[in-house]
Amino acid sequence: MRFTEGSLAVAEAARLCRPDVVSAYPITPQTHIVEALAEMVADGTLDAEYITVESEFSALSACLGAVAAGSRAYSATTSQGLFLMFEVCFNLAGMRLPMVMTVANRAVSAPISIWNDQQDSISLRDSGWMQFYAEDNQEAADLHYLGYRVAEDHRVLLPAMVCFDGFILTHTYEPVDIPSQEEVDAYLPRFAPLARLDAQDPISFGMLANPDYYMEFRYANDQAINKAKEKIREYGKEFAAKFGRDYSAFVEGYALEDAETVLVAMGSLCGTVKEAIDEMRAAGKKVGLLKIRVYRPFPVEEVAAALSGARRVAVLDKNISLGSKGAVALEVKDALYGLGIPVLDYIVGLGGRDVRKRDIARIVELTEKGEGDLFYGLREGMG
Amino acid sequence: MALGVGCTARPGKSRTNKTGAWRVFKPVFKHNKCTKCGICSMVCPEGCIVEQDDEFYIPDYDYCKGCGLCAEECPAEDIEMTKEEK
Repeated sequence: MRFTEGSLAVAEAARLCRPDVVSAYPITPQTHIVEALAEMVADGTLDAEYITVESEFSALSACLGAVAAGSRAYSATTSQGLFLMFEVCFNLAGMRLPMVMTVANRAVSAPISIWNDQQDSISLRDSGWMQFYAEDNQEAADLHYLGYRVAEDHRVLLPAMVCFDGFILTHTYEPVDIPSQEEVDAYLPRFAPLARLDAQDPISFGMLANPDYYMEFRYANDQAINKAKEKIREYGKEFAAKFGRDYSAFVEGYALEDAETVLVAMGSLCGTVKEAIDEMRAAGKKVGLLKIRVYRPFPVEEVAAALSGARRVAVLDKNISLGSKGAVALEVKDALYGLGIPVLDYIVGLGGRDVRKRDIARIVELTEKGEGDLFYGLREGMG
Repeated sequence: MALGVGCTARPGKSRTNKTGAWRVFKPVFKHNKCTKCGICSMVCPEGCIVEQDDEFYIPDYDYCKGCGLCAEECPAEDIEMTKEEK
């Protein structure tokens, strides 16, 4: 167990995954991760090529080329940096090139904000990447080992984003269990590409697909990311057997059994919600939490099963699909379609706005009154 | 399918990856007034109009995109663009 900053725990996890290539561009609040990795490469404690680039577009493009050449690649970014990678994200998924990238979740411009919400990675939800959301730094670090394992499976072959909240987790010190290199090696085998660039045996990736083939490739992508569900379960169980922490489930319940009002959240917010639930439970309120760890592929059946006993559901979204609703609420509504359980959406914590225990309690009160589908806690006169 | 996982292709796959599917109008080579001048073959952007043993030219519909340049340039006006239902 090490008492360490979230970013450094993630950098350690990335090192233990033995990437051959690291390419990233520093951007707040991700910077500490890539600084640490650059130092490791310079000090000789990480045997990787650290490719310095002039932008995030180049960073992820360098990773794409590296994976296509048969290397294990790693990158990290956030917010505007992730948006510069937009095109490359779709290319990695379409070319079925597996890698892991950390997203230190941050709000997006404009207005400019370096603080946390989850709009950045949520906006890449359709890119074909798997998306994991970590509640704490232990989970954030661990999801990297699991991420590579699932991503590189030949039934999956897709990239994965490990998302953890900027500042709230990246810059917070917590005790984190960092396994030994031998333990990680025993869990995560070397990357064995299905196909790779080789001058002696030429191949091209991502070729032209005419209207008579394109749909089949998109279908194959969809099949692959759904196949990842099975692999997350399988390799999650294997991880639990080796390391004692179980990530085989896509969702986690907290005080769910007899809960009448269930809150749904992703990321560090879940910790606050659990504290608030303890207080509300002590006061006799039957409140529970459903934490979603895997957002892509979205666990429709698991969410429906976990929420089927609820009287009402309140989704806390740290994002907003402008002109529609929060992206998590939309998925939850889809999962519960036809069950007659009201789902209310609360947009919270955008651009680093604090979400406190009393806010959670207030949201539960609003849900009980049937008031929802709103931005929670707007300033007077500015809403 | 000619393409592999991730839309990968080995060299020479353009021979099996047919690219004629986006054609709307199909050039029909009537060979009535044809003088075997070969201009159709020279202007074809796909390079898919090939001289046969009898010196007449015919397009390879696996690759012909239906651009109509051959019909436009044919001095004998012996190539007809016809609507193709798929």
